[in-house]
Amino acid sequence: MSVIYLLISISILVAIVFLYAFIRAVRSGQFDDDYTPSVRVLFDDELKIKTTTNTNKKEEQKPI
Amino acid sequence: MDTSNCFHCGNEIIKKDEIAFDDKYFCCNGCKTVYEIFSLNDMSCYYDFQASPGATPLDINGKYDFLGDDTIVARLLDFQEEGTHIVSLYIPHIHCSSCIWILENLQRLQEGIGNSIVNFPEKKVRITYNPEKTNLKQIFELLCSIGYEPYISLDNYEEGKKTVDRSLVYKIGVAFFCFGNIMLLSFPEYFEVNEFWINQYRGFLRWLIFALSLPSFLYSASGYYVAAWRSIKAKMLNIEIPIALGIIVMFVRSTVDIIFDYGQGFFDSMCGLIFFMLLGKLFQMKTYSFLSFERDYKSYFPIAITKILPDGTELPVQVYDIEKGDRLLIRNQELIPVDGILISEKASIDYSFVTGEAVAIEKKSGDKVFAGGKQIGKVIEIEVLFSVSQSYLTQLWSNDVFQKKVDIKHKTITDKISRYFTPALLGLALVSFLYWIFISVDTAFNVFTAILIVACPCALALTAPFTQGNVLRIMGNRKLYLKNAMVIEQLAKVDTIVFDKTGTITTNKKTSITYEGAVLNDFELQLLCNALRGSNHPLSRRLYDFIPKQNRMDPTHFEEILGKGIYATFEEGTIKLGSSQFLAHMSENTHKKTKVHVEINGVYKGSYVFNNQYRVGLEQLFERLAKSYNLVVLSGDNDGERKILEKMLPASTTLVFHQTPEQKLTYIEQLQQQGKNVMMVGDGLNDSGALAQSNIGISISEDVNVFSPACDGILDASQFQKIGFFMQFSKNAMKIIYMSFTLSLLYNVVGLSYAVTGNLHPIVAAIIMPLSTITIVSFVTIMSAIFSKVSK
Repeated sequence: MSVIYLLISISILVAIVFLYAFIRAVRSGQFDDDYTPSVRVLFDDELKIKTTTNTNKKEEQKPI
Repeated sequence: MDTSNCFHCGNEIIKKDEIAFDDKYFCCNGCKTVYEIFSLNDMSCYYDFQASPGATPLDINGKYDFLGDDTIVARLLDFQEEGTHIVSLYIPHIHCSSCIWILENLQRLQEGIGNSIVNFPEKKVRITYNPEKTNLKQIFELLCSIGYEPYISLDNYEEGKKTVDRSLVYKIGVAFFCFGNIMLLSFPEYFEVNEFWINQYRGFLRWLIFALSLPSFLYSASGYYVAAWRSIKAKMLNIEIPIALGIIVMFVRSTVDIIFDYGQGFFDSMCGLIFFMLLGKLFQMKTYSFLSFERDYKSYFPIAITKILPDGTELPVQVYDIEKGDRLLIRNQELIPVDGILISEKASIDYSFVTGEAVAIEKKSGDKVFAGGKQIGKVIEIEVLFSVSQSYLTQLWSNDVFQKKVDIKHKTITDKISRYFTPALLGLALVSFLYWIFISVDTAFNVFTAILIVACPCALALTAPFTQGNVLRIMGNRKLYLKNAMVIEQLAKVDTIVFDKTGTITTNKKTSITYEGAVLNDFELQLLCNALRGSNHPLSRRLYDFIPKQNRMDPTHFEEILGKGIYATFEEGTIKLGSSQFLAHMSENTHKKTKVHVEINGVYKGSYVFNNQYRVGLEQLFERLAKSYNLVVLSGDNDGERKILEKMLPASTTLVFHQTPEQKLTYIEQLQQQGKNVMMVGDGLNDSGALAQSNIGISISEDVNVFSPACDGILDASQFQKIGFFMQFSKNAMKIIYMSFTLSLLYNVVGLSYAVTGNLHPIVAAIIMPLSTITIVSFVTIMSAIFSKVSK
């Protein structure tokens, strides 16, 4: 019977955790710029591929 | 790849300047150097994200010497500690993903840079660096050398750290948390089942709901209590009064309800209401973070300038420390921060910041030069006459217009409605209370509170913010960027539009010059060129720049007749240039064109036509606007163009010339004293006073990212002919607001009919509130989308 008290307390607690996480995220400025991260996330992959191909090219060119 | 465009910056390559390197073609050495830097550092994938993303690096020799000064640097830094400095720089060139990539990889180009983070919408980069390994000056030089010159002005020096106000977002977060949890917890009671299970937990659930509503009631809604209190003190009936009253009554009544076990209360509706209204506020607060509407001269002025000490050494000096009698060194493209006297032999000064006129003015030694001019060409020296604050241009800002807060300038439409709504609501509540009190005291209190609860003008308060926020966005998509949503109301009220001339109804771009008549041979061109060389008339200067350079010849006789033309005699022949009257040559004179006629050795050859620089669509725009607005053209120039303008523009247009910045301001003031609602459309700093004084100041900008004086809106110059559309659209926006006011009042009537009869159940309130909000929001969104398509 008293399990209801427990469940509701847990659900409120979880909600409070989310609220806290939200406020912390806002405070740290995560939502100030909602565009750049979407571009940035695409870079890392391309960077790796590109640098390897670039160095490859250089190595090929050197003997000539 | 298109070889005729530069691989780095995308500009067209002029054949003779073409530089080939690494199988790529560049327009200049600067672009090639940037490419070299990038490819040496394995960073050529800069060019993969977007074709030709770069900008040509400019010569900055000595420009940033003042960054060696520690006190100046300290003012610019965001954060300063041993071993770590953080600086945020505004870089106007940021425009694509390549820019982000290169700027976030700065640490590969310069040792000592820890990391750099780009904020694309604000065009800012935040650089963390180690001051022991590098310094700000080196970082500036690096950025300039790769074509990303940071923009830095006196404003940066003054403003210090900005604190961002995020409290609205916190409030919304808290309100949503409360709203969501309360909704879940009050759900069982909606069905009013008298079951053992529900009865068991009723008390627990109700008190939990009460506890959950507290943060929303006390924190999230706090802004409304403050606003309501303020408007009571100012003896005004704002919309905030019924809102605050509604929220407080809801809370008190619900608390009473659960204490005495009358029912579950209205906590769910209350939190929903607070949440939706805050959401409306957020929607209205949409701003264009990459634009600044609050600029004054400080945003244009440099932080420091080079001073020459009596012993000849050069020293960077902060502009506020410049004193009368100092000698300053002004480099190419540098702004003159104070009024002074030219000491160098010659200077060519571009006053486009001040007047909007792009043609540089020649000055000779001993001439006065005014603050705000930009030196073009060689390094010059000036002697200071006045300090910064006493200079002619900056004095304009001591006018009261710039001091007052603009927010209080107008009453909003919501306030106007609530002037009737609030007393009507309170009246109704009292009347029903008095009616019921004779029947049953309990019901009387119930009805009284129910009326205040259900009539809480949530939908009413949301209408204007949502409509205006939406219209603001639509206008932004069409390149009119307004400062805030309130401006739309003002825009709809305008009855007089004042235009500046230079730079506003004319373009700043170089006008094209065409030649009509008998073709001139090389010798004749040589005569022409040498005759023009001696003249300082603006048309002569422009024509001189236009025709190909020729060998120098000295005239034996040279005469310039003011307002007419030039007569020059050379050993090889004579030449006469100027107006048709001066040459006694009568052609079909259209007056719409500015012409310079040429006569050589007594034979009429033809004329150079300066195609008018008025913006495309000007005539149609004025014709359209003249039907519903008073139009004025206010110009700082002489009335040389009066005839042309009179012909082009509707007869009702008032033309005023010879206006100084102060006169422009007073002219607007006079119009306002006649009861007119004035919109000023201007561009340069000389319009700043008028823009600030007018009810609405719109500034026209060729490049919205660059400069515009303080104003209420920035219009992209390419959209100039659409001003008519924007005016019409703003009027339609007001119509939408009126329509949805009616709609929300209908909801109120429905709710009130429940309340007056004493039948308001919490569940009815919980349904009506969100339903009315959703209806209003969708109605407003759909209508403004429709109107944006319909209005032309």
